[in-house]
Amino acid sequence: MQPIQLARPQLLNAIWAMHDVKGFLDNNDIAQLAILFNTSAVEIDGVVSFYHFFHRQPSGKHTIYLNNSIVSELNGFEEVRQAFEKETGAALGKTDPTGTFGFYETSCIGLSDQEPAALIDFFPVTELTPQKVKTIVAKLRSGAPAATLCDEPKNNIRYTPGERTFILKEYTPGTALARLKDFEPMEVIQQVKDAGLMGMGGAFFPTGIKWEGCRRNVSNRKFVVCNADEGEPGTFKDRVLLNTMPGLVIEGMALGAYAVGASEGIIYLRAEYRWLKEKIEQTLEDFREKSWLGDHIPAKLPFSFDIRVQLGAGAYVCGEETALLNSLEGKRGEPRTRRYFPVERGYLNKPTLVNNVETFATAARILEAGAEKMRKLGTKDTPGNKLISISGDCAKPGIYEIEWGMRLGDLLALCEANDPNYVQVSGPSGVAVSMKERNRRICKEDLLCGGSFMVFDKSRDLLKILLNFSNFFKHESCGICTPCRAGNFILNRKLEKLQMGLGSLRDLVEIEDWGATIKQNSRCGLGQMSPNSVVDAIHKFPEYFDQRVDKSGSRLNRGFDMDAAVREYEEAVK
Amino acid sequence: MQNPITITIDGKEVQVEDGTLLISAIREAVVDLPSLCYYKHIDPPLGTCRVCTVEVNGRHVASCTTLARNGMNVVVHDDPTLHDTRKAMVEMLFAEGNHFCPACEKSGDCDLQGMGYQLGVNVSRFPHLFVDRLIDYNPKRMVIEHNRCIRCRRCVDEVMSSDGKRVFSFANRGNDTEVAIDYEQEATLTETQAIHAMHICPTGAILVRGKSLARPFGDRKYDIGELADSQTVPIVFPEVRALKNGEKKVIATVSLAGCFGCHMSMLDLDLGILDLVELVEFNKSPLTDIKHFTKKVDVGIIEGGCCNSENVAVLREFRRKCDILVSIGECAIWGGLPAMRNTVPLKECLEEAYLHSFTSENEAAIIPNHEDIPKILDKVYACNEVVDIDYFIPGCPPSANHIWKVVKNILFDKEYSVLLSEFKYD
Ligand SMILES: Cc1cc2nc3c(=O)[nH]c(=O)nc-3n(C[C@H](O)[C@H](O)[C@H](O)COP(=O)(O)O)c2cc1C
Ligand code: SF4
Ligand code: SF4
Ligand code: SF4
Ligand code: FES
Repeated sequence: MQPIQLARPQLLNAIWAMHDVKGFLDNNDIAQLAILFNTSAVEIDGVVSFYHFFHRQPSGKHTIYLNNSIVSELNGFEEVRQAFEKETGAALGKTDPTGTFGFYETSCIGLSDQEPAALIDFFPVTELTPQKVKTIVAKLRSGAPAATLCDEPKNNIRYTPGERTFILKEYTPGTALARLKDFEPMEVIQQVKDAGLMGMGGAFFPTGIKWEGCRRNVSNRKFVVCNADEGEPGTFKDRVLLNTMPGLVIEGMALGAYAVGASEGIIYLRAEYRWLKEKIEQTLEDFREKSWLGDHIPAKLPFSFDIRVQLGAGAYVCGEETALLNSLEGKRGEPRTRRYFPVERGYLNKPTLVNNVETFATAARILEAGAEKMRKLGTKDTPGNKLISISGDCAKPGIYEIEWGMRLGDLLALCEANDPNYVQVSGPSGVAVSMKERNRRICKEDLLCGGSFMVFDKSRDLLKILLNFSNFFKHESCGICTPCRAGNFILNRKLEKLQMGLGSLRDLVEIEDWGATIKQNSRCGLGQMSPNSVVDAIHKFPEYFDQRVDKSGSRLNRGFDMDAAVREYEEAVK
Repeated sequence: MQNPITITIDGKEVQVEDGTLLISAIREAVVDLPSLCYYKHIDPPLGTCRVCTVEVNGRHVASCTTLARNGMNVVVHDDPTLHDTRKAMVEMLFAEGNHFCPACEKSGDCDLQGMGYQLGVNVSRFPHLFVDRLIDYNPKRMVIEHNRCIRCRRCVDEVMSSDGKRVFSFANRGNDTEVAIDYEQEATLTETQAIHAMHICPTGAILVRGKSLARPFGDRKYDIGELADSQTVPIVFPEVRALKNGEKKVIATVSLAGCFGCHMSMLDLDLGILDLVELVEFNKSPLTDIKHFTKKVDVGIIEGGCCNSENVAVLREFRRKCDILVSIGECAIWGGLPAMRNTVPLKECLEEAYLHSFTSENEAAIIPNHEDIPKILDKVYACNEVVDIDYFIPGCPPSANHIWKVVKNILFDKEYSVLLSEFKYD
């Protein structure tokens, strides 16, 4: 008898299904999957080991992931870690001896406005303190399921510009979709173009042009993919959009599908947002009931379209669109080579439209309100509004809908950052900004922001922050190309050296040179942007670095630390 | 050509078929371009190593994953920083792995090495990472030496079992990314298939038991070829510091954590050494048995890295006393064979050597220590991690000719070039 075989794109779900049962996969599971997918075990293992939420060793009856992003680190990560270790008996990275708890750290989980935060069995717990940890763990021990203990994360929408609000205004489901009755696909694209919409996922590619490109590529099958991987540390705008108005995002996807001629949609939802999955699926169900999804969606031309949610499994790089496509296909999330654009050959080699959550939401608003309305907002090159996720040292972390063009200083005042010294704009991949740049405007003409806005005050040590970013890249690189995989590790060692006080002027020059090498030669955006923060910081905070390096020009390398080098020996012969 | 297009390569217009891989187009135009992961049978190309980087319309791209399009302006050599970029990729690979060439079966036939020679890598600008990596002896037919894998992905895409399943895959992510082999699939490979895997691996990471790769010195891929004795290695040396004229020039030499092989190689100058003695004066050196510096020295030649506190003290003294310092040999340059211990914690090394070894007597065994004996460092350090070094002469040992050329260059400002046959890591 032929064994039942599954198509490769189902692999992630198949792994999840097995993983959910006991919290890890053993060799038997891997072998079974290999048979199901008619492939070798090593290939399955290769996929499993790529994603950090998949374990090959038991990960506890309850699995705890504490966020180690910088905002968490500056808000009590260390105490909370100790509390978890003490209460659960599990050391970081391990389970406790009874196998009740597994305790791990993870990159940003999109809750930077309420750190320190963790996921317990993928349910969020926020604003943790040692006391809170104690209570939670005690309840888990007494048998309470994580679902009943978790916090409903606050949306923290702190600011919308009154009359000029465009994205976060009152939402009436179906409004944007209703417009399809008047429009042909090209007219939808024209609206998006007229509005001047750009991708909100960080690359700012003109959305209309992308849609038109996808439309032009003739194919019997096309896909629309919503990128809900939101992995850039400090970004949580997509979380809030999906939590407050998932319908708006779905409508945007439907418009996109109508425009490009696609009938299948996928929302690639990061595993960190698994707690949102039910809500999104419920909304999809509601839409189907109303015939807003399915075979006969009311529109000027015949239109059928449906959407499913695909859960990721923990890998920042899967936000990169071609890595995301590979992940959807049940592969390791390695970015593809730039031979074809996704709109040419995307998911399953078919033309695929990939847009960010906020891009789809804004597209829906454009159809609701009309392109002219958006043109009246923002700047010439960046019409419209932008959702910014603010976190770090300010009184009001949360979501800000700003008009493009707002001055940095004004935004800092809005969020009540009292003593800002350094802002990391667009996440670790973005731009480091000093307070000399208060007057810069957030827009394409000056300083673009993908959504993350992390504020650090004067009490924060710059190197500690940069090292946190560097650890992130070292860990999250997909590992496939030399400059990013090896280069980020090498830079990481350099920063450690600086932090130990062993740096020299030459180290700063080398960071810049080597950073440029990584930037220019990496295969995808992850590597290309990874050295940004440290290179910027060296330029913008010269006084800080001046105090931390040896400037004597001595030909004896001060970076070699004799005391440290003989310490192990002295221990061994004690 | 069905659809000829015109592209510009280093300012010269050439016609190629539309959509040709850029790397092929460049090579068809007889322009030299290094590559490492590219293997013409694998389609689409892997694009992992980035050694084939060129500039297209102002941006760096991997030429093996880029298709030639009409009007492309391609720079391969006209901008010398591109050469440096490609070199940096190779240096990163050396720094990232643990490449002890003198102890490697593939040495002489290894493409990573070959790239290092071709690009003139005499030292990696990046400090070696020394991450502990495994050697996997589990497969039936093969041994996988993870220390040498450059994660080019060739084996993953190219080696299939007879029923079409992958034998290799990448595993993990970030700097933990490594190749993994499927023991079950591997066992089904025929010997020919296994040997094919060993051959497509550009490095010595895939070995087949009982099948030697080793060819005698002089007969290996990068020893022979008409180029070895004519092609020169593009080494970039620092500007020569002007040495004071007049008196005899003074040289000092030392062997730190080395095996004296480099000193032996210096003696290989044979009669040349007599000429040398006419021209220079040796100060502190095992060759003269002068134990202490008696004057300021022009050129200090260092063999060996630093494995203990005394090495560091001596090296620092050399830096103070010598105008120019030259690291000769793999050990001085990056640690070399003694650095094999760098991936193992020192305590384990000491215990293995002094407490648990065959020859240690149970009760009497101690880890030697006394105020008069040097302290062992946590790892073996490259000389340029401890002091600034001006010149690097690779090899294990370096060829006498190469050493002599460099010394003459420094002392007498004599122009010179190093031949491929004089430039080795083993
Ligand atoms: C390393 C990396 C991570 C990314 N992460 C995301 C992400 O989490 N969400 C997102 O929408 N786009 C992300 N992007 C950008 C996507 O590649 C792509 O440009 C975007 O999804 C396109 O949608 P847009 O045009 O609507 O922005 C990332 C890019 C890179 C290089
Ligand atoms: S740049 Fe980094 S993440 Fe992107 S392909 Fe290369 S290794 Fe992978
Ligand atoms: S010969 Fe090649 S694989 Fe072997 S150690 Fe040297 S560089 Fe590495
Ligand atoms: S084992 Fe060899 S072929 Fe495979 S990835 Fe490593 S270096 Fe490349
Ligand atoms: S040869 Fe082109 S990337 Fe390796």
